[in-house]
Amino acid sequence: MSNQPLRELLQRESIQQRCESVYETFGMLTLTVSKENLLALCHLLKHDSALQFNFLSDICGVDHYPQRPRFETVYHLYSIPFKYRLRIKCRFELDELPPSVVPVWQTANWHEREAYDMYGIAFVGHPDLRRIYMWEGYDGYPMRKDYPLRGYADHYNPFGEARSERTEGA
Amino acid sequence: MNEQRGRDGGLMTDISVLSKNEAGQKLTKELLLNLGPQHPSTHGVLRIMLELDGEEIRGVDTIIGYLHRGTEKLAENFTYTQIIPLTDRLDYLCAPSNNLAYVLAVERLLEIKAPERAQYIRVMMAEMARISGHLLISGALPMDLGAMTTLLYVMREREMIMDLMEMITGARMHTSFCRVGGVREDLPDGFEPRCREFCHVMKQRIDDYERLITENRIFLKRTRDIGKISGEQAIDWGLSGPCLRASGVSWDMRRDNPYEIYDRLSFEVIVRENGDCYDRWKCRMDEMRESVKLIEQCLDQMPPGPVAVAMPDIAFPLNKITVKSSMEAMIHHFDVSAYGFPVPKGEAYVSIEAPKGELGFYIISDGSPKPLRMKVRAPSFINLQALAVLARGCYLADVIAIIGSLDPVIAEVDK
Repeated sequence: MSNQPLRELLQRESIQQRCESVYETFGMLTLTVSKENLLALCHLLKHDSALQFNFLSDICGVDHYPQRPRFETVYHLYSIPFKYRLRIKCRFELDELPPSVVPVWQTANWHEREAYDMYGIAFVGHPDLRRIYMWEGYDGYPMRKDYPLRGYADHYNPFGEARSERTEGA
Repeated sequence: MNEQRGRDGGLMTDISVLSKNEAGQKLTKELLLNLGPQHPSTHGVLRIMLELDGEEIRGVDTIIGYLHRGTEKLAENFTYTQIIPLTDRLDYLCAPSNNLAYVLAVERLLEIKAPERAQYIRVMMAEMARISGHLLISGALPMDLGAMTTLLYVMREREMIMDLMEMITGARMHTSFCRVGGVREDLPDGFEPRCREFCHVMKQRIDDYERLITENRIFLKRTRDIGKISGEQAIDWGLSGPCLRASGVSWDMRRDNPYEIYDRLSFEVIVRENGDCYDRWKCRMDEMRESVKLIEQCLDQMPPGPVAVAMPDIAFPLNKITVKSSMEAMIHHFDVSAYGFPVPKGEAYVSIEAPKGELGFYIISDGSPKPLRMKVRAPSFINLQALAVLARGCYLADVIAIIGSLDPVIAEVDK
């Protein structure tokens, strides 16, 4: 399906002033947004009568280590009434975390818990930010690029890397 | 006596706490009940902490991760071809669907399309997988509620699918049949008549299950109006697939955003209105009939031709004779197997209508033969999240029906 109708809708002033750039890559329109504007933009995309992005497909955390800013969250939205698909990207450092989008889509809850569990992205304002796959008290964030594939060596994991071999990147 | 026993003071086994005091206030005490992680009705290692007020559910905390294998982390260290078997192990009941979603994402990045015949084979296998997945849950849900018979019958038909899968791929469950740019090999001789026989048998068998269960009074009492969710709420909680369509939302990616050759096939999208456990179950039942039709259409329309793209850098040679006779061909074959193929820099999200719902693969490539990031949008994971909403206010026994109707495969939930 052509992205042209959606592209035209995204050209409007109210959306343009909230996002940094709009581009198309491999058949999907992508918006980049700063963390300050993220929540407002999501709210707008969901409630705008011509867009109605009511379905949040996915939230993906990305670690761009050693590039800066290091972390990124990627949101994939779908509009069930209009069959549009859209990607939103927001890049940040860990000392300036993005807001939680749970107020906009309830389903974001577990997605954000997963990103927190795997990357340590503590979404601001999340109602129940706990680890989801790893257990409470687990040390480290396993999906980070500087976390070894086999984990760190301990009593249960004799094949892991010794902790002294590398230092966790900031 | 009861007044002195407060929220913290009473014994859990003390039935007197269920009584009322002089003012008529209930003196029930909230009880925290642990269900799982090893429990036959949770369909895997799933643990649920239930806050109970008598038999009524006040709160649900779903604890997952017992089966976490780090598929996404592993994928970052595997070549694109090596990842295909990993995807089998997500929703292991419907491996061909997982393979399909994954290779479509890689093909989007490579900007290639599989030959037509390969697309038909993939779609046909994905629909067979849909029947296999739906069959199991439509038997397991009644079993959780006490009707053992259906499960034994569905296993018989599931075995027919397993045999067909074995005939095509050599494996019953972890098929790994899709390849980037096609499928592993062509269909074997004698496959078509056996597949048609299966379609013929399956249509009648679905009627048999329906006779057993659809109007069974006990089953109806246990599932009708249990775990209801409105369409709007279901969208907000990210439900997809039969769980969403049971709530009256007509959204099926096979029809709305057709991939592969679905735009050439005719089928009906099953939508039901009530959004309860029964409708979710019935939705799957009716979808199986549609899947049988789709398989038959695939067999009718399937054109002859190659089953993999003619790109030696990506696809393995179908004919292994050159590999075994020419040194250069063998070196090349080794090279493709061991080091993979580079994928252009970029990112792609591709999702398909898997049996459980929207199955999406988001791949970020940095131009190397291994992905920088692969994210799986696992439908079971998201659907299971809604358990907390669906179960609130229900009774303890209903939780079992609700889990069954959401159809989570814990391997996919935990990735």
